[in-house]
Amino acid sequence: MQASARPALTVNLKPTGIVNTSRETIAPSSMRMNISKVNFFYGEKQTLFDINMGIAQNRVTALIGPSGCGKSTLLRTFNRMHETVRNARLEGEILLDGQNILSQDVTQLRRKVGMVFQRPNPFPKSIFENVAYGPKINGAKAPIAEIVEKSLRRAALWDEVKDQLHKSAYELSGGQQQRLCIARGLAVEPEVLLLDEPCSALDPISTAKVEELLVQLKDSCTIVIVTHNMQQAARVSDFTAFLLVGEMVEFNPTPQLFTTPTDPRTEAYITGRFG
Amino acid sequence: MTARLRWRKLVSAFMLTMTGICAAVAVSVLFFILGYFVYNGGVSINWDFFTKLPVPVGETGGGMANAIVGSAKLLLLASLIGVPIGFFGGIYLAEFSGNKVAFVVRYAADLLNGVPSIVIGIFAFALVVHPFKRFSTIAGAFALGLMMIPITLRNTEEFLHGVPRALREGSMALGAGKWTTIMRVVVPAAYRGIMTAILLALARVAGETAPLLFTALGNQYWSPGWNQPTASLPVVIYNYALSPYEDWHRQAWAAGLVLLGLILMVNIVARVILSRGIAVPRS
Repeated sequence: MQASARPALTVNLKPTGIVNTSRETIAPSSMRMNISKVNFFYGEKQTLFDINMGIAQNRVTALIGPSGCGKSTLLRTFNRMHETVRNARLEGEILLDGQNILSQDVTQLRRKVGMVFQRPNPFPKSIFENVAYGPKINGAKAPIAEIVEKSLRRAALWDEVKDQLHKSAYELSGGQQQRLCIARGLAVEPEVLLLDEPCSALDPISTAKVEELLVQLKDSCTIVIVTHNMQQAARVSDFTAFLLVGEMVEFNPTPQLFTTPTDPRTEAYITGRFG
Repeated sequence: MTARLRWRKLVSAFMLTMTGICAAVAVSVLFFILGYFVYNGGVSINWDFFTKLPVPVGETGGGMANAIVGSAKLLLLASLIGVPIGFFGGIYLAEFSGNKVAFVVRYAADLLNGVPSIVIGIFAFALVVHPFKRFSTIAGAFALGLMMIPITLRNTEEFLHGVPRALREGSMALGAGKWTTIMRVVVPAAYRGIMTAILLALARVAGETAPLLFTALGNQYWSPGWNQPTASLPVVIYNYALSPYEDWHRQAWAAGLVLLGLILMVNIVARVILSRGIAVPRS
């Protein structure tokens, strides 16, 4: 109550969040992606306001905030999935390794920036064909079977499915399906993996497996995860961005954001006063 | 309270009986037709019926081999015309077109679907028969193919719309282009429904008589190639049933039975293949 009684501060956090806290641990050069002045519109309605942030290489960055705050929208701009929606319009600049993604070929971009969705969405194909799909359409050079095995191993699913690779993907449990979708994404060797609330449709045990997996994956991959589960963000991420109605309220290293938030609205949210 | 309970039970029992009877009537119509055909035409069905040509009035025996083959050729060619146009048109409608174009195409397809088959026949006559001055398999297939277009198109569109957006996004997020996504994920996901729709379209036009009357015309003999008048089961039924000869009436019943049997078989085969597809993952 104390926090909400204070006048709402308009803290311009975009530069300070990174400059003040991250510089010691993350040098600017190891930023995989740089997002600057991103504004987003659905038709006339603006849903993101002037977002600035950096995505650190080989780290997990979490986007948190209440429903409708724009965290999924922001994530979807990172591999331009927002373009599949009519009337969507993006302003600003998103750099991947210094290159503006908006001027790249979109299919090339999505090979580099993979995505895992909220609900497991395996194709109506066998387990093998699901993982093989990406390498096949992208003309992989290595033998497909090797890529499939490697990807399933990286997604910690190989031991569970190695004897039933040619069964329908729909025969797997929800948690296995989601890990299959992660394996499918890994099969094209993305540099960045985006996850849009990947555990919201999963039970706690499956969730724990996916979280464990994410921590392992960051050795080889840069990860951005959207979650509305704050404990999850605290468990798996190195950096956390808190969004509220389309604005980035705070962006800081995860321990700091959860223990000593700089913005009263962040504190109110993480202590469960709203959301 | 008990009176009310009794009343409720009575109403429930009454409605159960009513709906049950209606369902039974709906099913029995099919069995009645089937039984009637078997009763009247069954005796005329034998090996000769499938292998021999019709014989002149007065002679007994003979068959309808030419009409069976003629119908098969007509349906094959009609599918080659109607299915690709309907299928790819449906893809365009579901995946590429804007709302306005989609509305116009959809509306036109529905209108075409509603055009009486005899009118389609006249159209085919004017367009194919008249300029070349001959009735032919091609002309008949053209008419039937036209009828298959709207059915295939609308159903393809419908089933493609039924494919979850999540599958398309999943594919595009892997760097697949739109066309790759459509052909390798969306269409395979809708494949069962689309195939069923195509087979139903085929069954629908298999029984059409009117569009064939002045396009394929009819033929007492074999019709080699694609450029000559050809016999077909529906037209033979029509001609034989109108004739004054008892023997021809029996043949007409038999032809009807064969036609019905073929359509039924297509349906059953389709269902078996498609239901099997669920358990076996497509690759």
